[in-house]
This record gives sequence, structure tokens and C-alpha cells, in this order.
Amino acid sequence: MAENDRKSTSDDLDRRLKSVREEYAKGTGRKSKPAEMSGGGEKLGVGMRIAVEMVAGVVAGAFIGLMADQWLGTKPWLLIVGFVLGCCAAFLNVYRVAQAEERRSQAASRVDKS
Amino acid sequence: MASPLEQFAIQNVSAPLFSIGGHPIAVTNSAIFMMASVVVSAGLLYAGASKGSMIPGRIQAMSELFYDFIANMIRDNVGSAGKKFFPFIFTLFVFTLFGNILGMLPYGFTFTSHIAVTFFMAMVVFLGVTLIGLFKHGLHFFSLFFPHGAPLFTAPILIPIELVSYLSRPISLSVRLFANMTVGHVLLKVLAGFVVALGIFGVVPLVVLVAITALELLVAVLQAYIFTILCCIYLNDALHLH
Repeated sequence: MAENDRKSTSDDLDRRLKSVREEYAKGTGRKSKPAEMSGGGEKLGVGMRIAVEMVAGVVAGAFIGLMADQWLGTKPWLLIVGFVLGCCAAFLNVYRVAQAEERRSQAASRVDKS
Repeated sequence: MASPLEQFAIQNVSAPLFSIGGHPIAVTNSAIFMMASVVVSAGLLYAGASKGSMIPGRIQAMSELFYDFIANMIRDNVGSAGKKFFPFIFTLFVFTLFGNILGMLPYGFTFTSHIAVTFFMAMVVFLGVTLIGLFKHGLHFFSLFFPHGAPLFTAPILIPIELVSYLSRPISLSVRLFANMTVGHVLLKVLAGFVVALGIFGVVPLVVLVAITALELLVAVLQAYIFTILCCIYLNDALHLH
């Protein structure tokens, strides 16, 4: 029953939050705006994310390859395979970060216009 | 002159308390600053939450800002399913943030500048998120490693790449925080060395030093933010599988 109680209090919180927000919007004529990091810092953050993502993929791939080599005694083939896979994974990660950032900035510009 | 890396040295503050696997465990300066981070953040938040006045004072406004910031972050990145994880993510954010900022104090020690600390935090998040995904979706969780709609014959290439990409997460998470904090503090120390060495002309690096200190404060806050938002993104992946 504890699970049920928890769910109902969570729903209750949702409902109460919603009614408070509506009241606030009615009272002041504007929507409550979520707090945000300001522009420059966020851009710096995305840049740092991409830079580290490039390194991390390669390191992970090469490390897995190296460990597998030591375990199976197939030096140096799995290291090479791991390195190449790591490079691919790094590019994939960078692409995903950029894609998410693109989507986010588009959504933000839509909100600003409306 | 002292080496710029000397500030990161771990020193035992107390005598060894006990030993694990023959390795003595003592209270170190790193542990002291972790405890300081916990005590300061808990004290500030407690002071902010205890009054609960309609018009918030400074401390209450700060606590409410933190709360709103993380609540919005979870709502935007994870959705309503992430509400359950609010306490963990909030703690993670505040602990990292106060660790970074207390490290900016003179004579301070930045425990986030040690990869042992950041990698441990990243591994806790990584393993936790993976287990959450496994419990929630069962074996279906592994569909995370194969992009939806890709032709089946690409699986032998795609699955290893996705797997490595997934396993690189704790590395990127920990290296980012550790590298930023370490590099910033080394830079500050090197520039401070120039101020002393150049005598009267040391005013020039002193001006730069002031600017870099401001930048380091920004980086300290930013890195705590990035660490937390990435945890939210990983949690979202595990809960909703793309």
C-alpha cells in the first residue's frame, strides 16, 4: 500500500502545483518562467562537452581493446579494432551533442518568437 | 618556488583510523573538504528552509533558486518520471558545486580536482542509471544499443560502436570535471608565480589573475551544472530508451 500512497501524494503535488501556476498566471498576467543559465556560460559548456567527448570515446575504445588483448593474448589486433571503434563512438557522441544542442536552440527561438 | 601541482597533494590530517586490504585509511585534507562541502551546503539550505517566509531573505532566495534550478532541469530533461530522483540529483549538484567553490578559497583544497573522486561519482551515476534501466525495461533495455529503424545487416558494426559510446560515458563525465578543475587551479598558481617573480611589473599578470579568478568561478559553477545535466540526460535515456 505504501507504493499506492506515494503515487497519490505525487499526483496530489502535481495537481496542487498546476493550480498554483494557473492562479499565478491569472493574477499577474504572465507565466512563471523557469530559471535558466544565461547564454554565454551555456555555450561554453557545450564546447567543453564536445571537446571531452572526442577524447573519452577513443580512450574507452582503446582501453577495452587493450584489456581484451591482454586477456585473450591477441596483441595488437583488438587494440586496433577498439581504437577504430572508439573513434567511431567519439564521432557519434559529438554528433549527438551537436544534434541535441541544435534541437534545443531551435525550440528556444520558437518560444522567443511566440 | 613551489610546484603548481603541490596544491593537489593529499595529506593525512589524522593518524590512520583503520586499514582496508593493508592500506591505511586516515582523514585527509580531501576528506575534510568533502565534509566541509556537506556541512556548509546542508547548513545553508537548512537555514534557508527553516524560515519559510513569504518574502524570502537572501539565504532563502538562494535555496529556492537551487531548488527551482534542479527541479526545472529534471522536468526539462527527464520529464515527470524523474521526480523520484530529485533528491539524488539535487545532492549531487550541491555537493559538486560547493566542492568546486570551496576549492576557490585561498588555502582551500579542491576535491573535484582528483580523478579518483570524480570517477567514483561518475561510476555511481553510470551503474545506477544502468541498473534503473535494466529494472524498468528488463532485457528490452539493450535496444538502447541498436538505433531504431536501422537496417539489420548494419548491426555487427553499430552495436559495438554504440556499446563503446555507452561505456565512454563515465570517462567523459569524470574527465571533464577533473580536467577543468585541475587546469584552472594550475593556471592560477602559475600566474601567481609570475606576479611574485616579476617584481613591480607583476601588476600585469595580477590583473590577468583577477580576471582568471572570475573565470574560474564561472567554470566551477558551470562544471557542477554540466555534471548534473548529463546525469539527467543519462537518466532520461535509461528511463525512456531514446
